[in-house]
Amino acid sequence: MLEQLDLTQLIFGRLSWDAIPLHEPVIVATFVVVAIGGVALLGALTYYRVWGYLWKEWFTSIDHKKIGIMYMVLGLVMLLRGFADAIMMRIQQAWAFGDATGYLPPDHYDQIFTAHGVIMIFFVAMPLITGIMNYIIPLQIGARDVAFPFLNNFSFWMTASGAALVMASLFIGEFAKTGWLAYPPLSGIMESPGVGVDYYLWALQIAGVGTLLSGINLLVTIVKMRAPGMNLMKMPVFTWTSLCTNVLIVAAFPVLTAVLGMLLLDRYLGTAFFTNDLGGNVMMYINLIWIWGHPEVYILILPAFGIFSEVVSTYSGKRLFGYASMVYATVVITVLSYMVWLHHFFTMGSGASVNSFFGITTMIISIPTGAKIFNWLFTMYRGRIRFEVPMLWTIGFIITFVIGGMTGVLLAVPPADFVLHNSLFLVAHFHNVIIGGVLFGLFAGITYWYPKAFGYKLDPFWGKMSFWFWTIGFYFAFMPLYVLGLMGVTRRMSQFEEDAAMQFWFQVAAFGAFLIALGILFFIVQLVVSHRRRDQLRDTTGDPWDGRTLEWATSSPPPQYNFAFTPRVHDLDAWWQMKQHKYRRPEQGFKAIHMPKNTAAGIILAGISTVLGFALVWHMWLLAGVSFAALLAVAIGHTFNYDRDYHIPAEEVERVEAERTRMLASHV
Amino acid sequence: MSETTYTPESGDVEALEFHVTEDHHPETGTLLGFWLYLMSDCLIFACLFATYGVLGRSYAGGPTGAELFDLPLVAINTSFLLLSSITYGFAMLETQRKRVGATIGWLAVTGLLGVAFLGLELYEFAHLLNEGAGPQRSAFLTSFFALVGTHGLHVLFGIIWLVVLVVQLRKHGLIVENQRRLFCLSMFWHFLDVVWIGVFTFVYLMGVLP
Repeated sequence: MLEQLDLTQLIFGRLSWDAIPLHEPVIVATFVVVAIGGVALLGALTYYRVWGYLWKEWFTSIDHKKIGIMYMVLGLVMLLRGFADAIMMRIQQAWAFGDATGYLPPDHYDQIFTAHGVIMIFFVAMPLITGIMNYIIPLQIGARDVAFPFLNNFSFWMTASGAALVMASLFIGEFAKTGWLAYPPLSGIMESPGVGVDYYLWALQIAGVGTLLSGINLLVTIVKMRAPGMNLMKMPVFTWTSLCTNVLIVAAFPVLTAVLGMLLLDRYLGTAFFTNDLGGNVMMYINLIWIWGHPEVYILILPAFGIFSEVVSTYSGKRLFGYASMVYATVVITVLSYMVWLHHFFTMGSGASVNSFFGITTMIISIPTGAKIFNWLFTMYRGRIRFEVPMLWTIGFIITFVIGGMTGVLLAVPPADFVLHNSLFLVAHFHNVIIGGVLFGLFAGITYWYPKAFGYKLDPFWGKMSFWFWTIGFYFAFMPLYVLGLMGVTRRMSQFEEDAAMQFWFQVAAFGAFLIALGILFFIVQLVVSHRRRDQLRDTTGDPWDGRTLEWATSSPPPQYNFAFTPRVHDLDAWWQMKQHKYRRPEQGFKAIHMPKNTAAGIILAGISTVLGFALVWHMWLLAGVSFAALLAVAIGHTFNYDRDYHIPAEEVERVEAERTRMLASHV
Repeated sequence: MSETTYTPESGDVEALEFHVTEDHHPETGTLLGFWLYLMSDCLIFACLFATYGVLGRSYAGGPTGAELFDLPLVAINTSFLLLSSITYGFAMLETQRKRVGATIGWLAVTGLLGVAFLGLELYEFAHLLNEGAGPQRSAFLTSFFALVGTHGLHVLFGIIWLVVLVVQLRKHGLIVENQRRLFCLSMFWHFLDVVWIGVFTFVYLMGVLP
């Protein structure tokens, strides 16, 4: 009898039928919807027989363009999940006053705000940023792929694997109830004995591998693979900001890995890093996680700054104002981002002089950022501005981000922070910069480069609808939170005492969230409408916006090899200069092109990692051991494959390029 | 087209070439990429060192480093690891002379020294656990086991990698790919040596100070 029990435990760990949250009607309803949707999707894929196509052309692809698009799809799907969490919180907070307790029990509410933060940062913002970098960087520097194409595929699948674990936690067990950074001792084994924090930790460790490898990959790509003639100060600004972002990724994510690893040891082996007894030190966690956490916000915002720079100069028809100062500002922000982490916990007893130091370094960051804002404004000044959708996002960003930046400087003043710490004022501030900065930048970038990736522009009407609903919705949703923060409301509360004056602001915020929901809906409508009208919106030239950088020199979408001949660069705005010189692309003399082969190793390794993560969360030691051994075996097996590349024959290149010649001719 | 004030920077407009007609192969980035990986790994060790720096004297009434550490044993262990770096260097010299057999020979010596290092480390750990000085005993021992254990795990993976590489060398000889891999493992192995010097100094030597 006892033996049998042990066997069950060895196989299933602590997983049992109780782990399925049948007692939570909200989750059950979600599960039903997701299950029906999932079955419908899988059925459709099977019905149209696209599995083979997806596997061969996408899942195992090492083409940076396809991997970039897969990152974007992952990010947008997870955006829907993260936003669903957001709107649930908004409804709960607008409702639960006095006797009304709302519809979410505190236990569930705590999981929602944690999942919202984790998903939005790690599985929405990061994949979208990485996706755009993946797609655009090789094109902007005139390269044929990234430095390590297989690693690129593997990185994507590891990120997807982390996302899958977070999604699994919704229906099997629970997610962390600790807030998105899982501070101990709350996240320790004593206070959080359940599987929630373990899901959080393993999901982030697995996704972290992907992020780190992708950072190294893109960094080496930018350093080593630029077209001849493109020295550092002739690099497009987006590539520059991406370079800095990837430096930050390589220099920050290991710290996250280390600190989460320590928390894992505390939880699994009962060590004493962050315990209250045995000499553990909780502040060690808080310091380390913010040494990662603060650079992380610059990891997100710098590529967005790059996108705005490209968009502003293209749609103003001018060279970017102050290119060199833009580069230096980016580098200064990169360095400074490591010197400000303590401003996240001024109130935790560091003393006046330490707080002053970090307060001042924080305020200094607003100087290079301000320089950037002026550079964008001066680029627009006397430009012939075309108010296309990406430009609208950019102008919306400039206004919104300046407001968010100023509330940031307010929070950087330690005495003010003692009043505002952990209040809704803070929540309003970081949504103000992340939505107004990162998200607006991503939408600008998606609209700007969409024709490059798919060969047709996005429908401008629905783009504008999405822009206006997002922007107005943002102000309705978050300005009230500033007010509430000043009234003293702290974050992460699911219920309030009767207070009509306070409830009013929460209701305004909920209204704003619904406007944002429409903004997201119209973005999806835009994708659908544009796909249906793709013949009218077709870009035959490869250069629909009269662009300035090399990605516009090739066709839309670019051929697998990007450039039949590697470009030679003489100027910052390389493609612009080529157009000024009436450059004629060669129509003969093509050579065979050396390219890497597709491989399934990435998706297999990541799939095993997902199983390993799941097994570790549930203490299924047998499965964990088996999957770890499998992981090692597949990884080693992959190194025995020396046959990793092939040549695209010259005739094939010639055929593709002739097609492009026909396209260009049809345009004129 | 908008009115921009574009002026070509170089004088002769017609002479500019805008594409490369010959085959263009960017130089391989593997060594830079691996170096970047090592630096990121170095940051993990930096965090573990920092944590040891903060927690290393939090004995919680338990044993101290001075009571636990057996310096002669650690000194022997250190010499194993340092010696293995030298023998790896010999393997690389043989690689340059294109001698597969000798390369594999020196790699084997390196691997054995690595195994000896790990063996002694495990013996030390077992000894500590027997004395009731496991990682759960105090924050000092937690951070000690985490730092030294992480280093040990790295050595273990280094040995596995070394074995795999020997098999590949026997199969394919000193082809370009294998030379590149040998070089990467070489960086990895020396990196572990450098980290160990930090461990030996900050954990063991300074740990026995009163």
